[in-house]
Amino acid sequence: MTERPLHYVAQAILFALFAVFIGYFSTAPQYRHLEEGQALLRISFRHPGKPIADCRVRTPEELASVPLHLRTELDCERERSPVHLQVEVDGELLYDEWVAPSGLRKDGASSTYQRMPIAAGEHLLKVRINDDRRVAGFTYEGERRVQLTEGQVVLVDFIADKGGVIIR
Amino acid sequence: MPAGAATGAARAWRSLERAADRVFGADINPLRQLGGLGFFLFWLIVISGGWLYVFYETSVEGAWDSVQHLTVAQWWGGGLMRSLHRYGSDAFVVVVGLHLVRELALGRYTGFRWYSWISGVPTLWLIIGSGVIGYWMVWDERALFAATATAEWFGVLPGFDPALVRNFLVPEAVSDRLFSLLAFLHIGLPLALLLVMWAHVQRLTRPRSAIHRRLAGWTLAWLLGLSLVWPAQSLAPADPQMLPDRLALDWFYLAPLAASDAGAPGLVWTFVLGITLVLMIAPWLTHAPRPAPAEVDPEHCSGCARCFEDCPYAAIAMAPHPGGRGQIAVVDADRCAACGICAGACPSSTPFRRSERLVSGIDLPWLTVDALRQQVDAALAMSPGPDPVPGADPAPESDSTPESDSTPESDSAPTILVFGCAHGAHPGSSPAGSAGIETAGSRVRMITLPCAGMLPPSFIEYAQRHGADGVVVAACPGDDCEYRFGSHWLAGRLAGEREPRLRAAADGTRLLQMEVAREEGVLLDNGIASLARGLNAARAGSIPETEEIGDD
Repeated sequence: MTERPLHYVAQAILFALFAVFIGYFSTAPQYRHLEEGQALLRISFRHPGKPIADCRVRTPEELASVPLHLRTELDCERERSPVHLQVEVDGELLYDEWVAPSGLRKDGASSTYQRMPIAAGEHLLKVRINDDRRVAGFTYEGERRVQLTEGQVVLVDFIADKGGVIIR
Repeated sequence: MPAGAATGAARAWRSLERAADRVFGADINPLRQLGGLGFFLFWLIVISGGWLYVFYETSVEGAWDSVQHLTVAQWWGGGLMRSLHRYGSDAFVVVVGLHLVRELALGRYTGFRWYSWISGVPTLWLIIGSGVIGYWMVWDERALFAATATAEWFGVLPGFDPALVRNFLVPEAVSDRLFSLLAFLHIGLPLALLLVMWAHVQRLTRPRSAIHRRLAGWTLAWLLGLSLVWPAQSLAPADPQMLPDRLALDWFYLAPLAASDAGAPGLVWTFVLGITLVLMIAPWLTHAPRPAPAEVDPEHCSGCARCFEDCPYAAIAMAPHPGGRGQIAVVDADRCAACGICAGACPSSTPFRRSERLVSGIDLPWLTVDALRQQVDAALAMSPGPDPVPGADPAPESDSTPESDSTPESDSAPTILVFGCAHGAHPGSSPAGSAGIETAGSRVRMITLPCAGMLPPSFIEYAQRHGADGVVVAACPGDDCEYRFGSHWLAGRLAGEREPRLRAAADGTRLLQMEVAREEGVLLDNGIASLARGLNAARAGSIPETEEIGDD
């Protein structure tokens, strides 16, 4: 074999090795989200809590002191309550969070997202939410018995307009 | 980078390149044209992506189906294009990453190169961003992973809503508009990338945005082979209510998302932002003094534009002459590499001019053509050098003519003047400079230039007329040139193919032109010894045998 064909063979081998490198890491090694026998619990909502205080009626003197274009009878706090969330799985408290309102004036929605693996199988999920700090205890509750297979995702959501706690 | 590490990294990279040279040859060595290879892969991705876009449906229902149809029913066309698109993109990341490593290892990111370096950094993230969006478009399990992991990753940033991921948690949250947005982004980001790539090469003259035809052929061949043997496939359609047991990820693009998903989104952000910051300030982390840029003398600049043509970094522009006579070269100091190639191109850089002080149209203030002529004069007037260089070839024993006396101090020994590059090989183990050394019984004088391309060809003839028995011009191999075109332009000038040309009056038999890398000092020594033997033989009236110059 002359030098030239040998070079071509060497080039072909090196390009083939590069192709194998690209091809392999393009799909391998496989990534594993969850351990064996696990399902996934996702908790997520985006909800504006109730105002932290009741609106009050302004006195005529107060109204007169307010610029003309801002004269509304009711004076309401902009700040919203944090949203308190508790998630129980089979009677055990799995997650407990006070989700603060967003915004510099704390007048935005509270939003959160968490994911946590749980064992596949049957579970009783209980969710409690309080979005009004003027109220003791919880303002919304929901529960559902779920049968989770391996890799299945259960989502705990909260949409006040659609009945509150949603477990699906 | 610390000096020791920098030298080690440069040496390691150069060894790798030279090893690859032996297999590929310098012409098609992919390690020597990573930038051009990046451009080639970019256009390949654009063409294959264009095919895919024609058939792609921007809807929840249509996205996966249309890609699957291309992959299965049109495997010979769309399927092949999809695989080329995938593997070409993967290779693109690797090539651009290697390009960055190469320039870093060779220290080519500081000084005048700051602009090219800084403008190259965003390309990395634009490529990754374009690729990740591309994976979303398939809307399979991998796409859903990429979408949720991206949303989770961004969700930890201040100012971003942690519930950003809600857009992908339930099937009804995903609408057709998402896919129109993805298509827009998957075209828009590569367009932005192209713009940055264009900006990246703006400070280069004749940027190498193309590759050797044979390298292009090889690249296409392996990509096609891989695409046929191992075609890219979709996973199952995205289902937000199920996670696949194991997920086949493209690690070239999705590795940061996997790391974030595994529980370290903050760490991934720290790494990404940290490495970006380090890369962006890297040009100013080293305090190497920057040599003064070239200066134009309006009195002597004829406006011939040769320096403008030859400058490798587009640092010279032509402007109206302030004296109203034609044009004048204007140097952009920030772009100037101070390589001196412009001085070598200037027709007024001839040492034969009789003026006491030689002034060129364009000159390096710290190594003027006048200083160069003085160095040549001094080198040729020097007494024999002090010590023989250890390891240098002795004179051949068979050569017994008085002129070829092997005694180093012999007055009859031929004087050889070496014009060499500061970045290239030096005779023996001598340090750069014009110190006298002995090789094969000859007196060797070295004139070191910032780049061999700085040498005006007339200096060769000048040296021959003023006492040099032989002249060696030692440039770096063309692809090794620190300043891109120095060796090419010099070779063209000496071959009479480029201005300023070597005049016919120069004695070609007393000239040795070599291209030797800095690691090839032995080769240079052999060349000098060979020239010395030839000169000795010529003096003795005999014709020397042709000698092979090897690097043994």
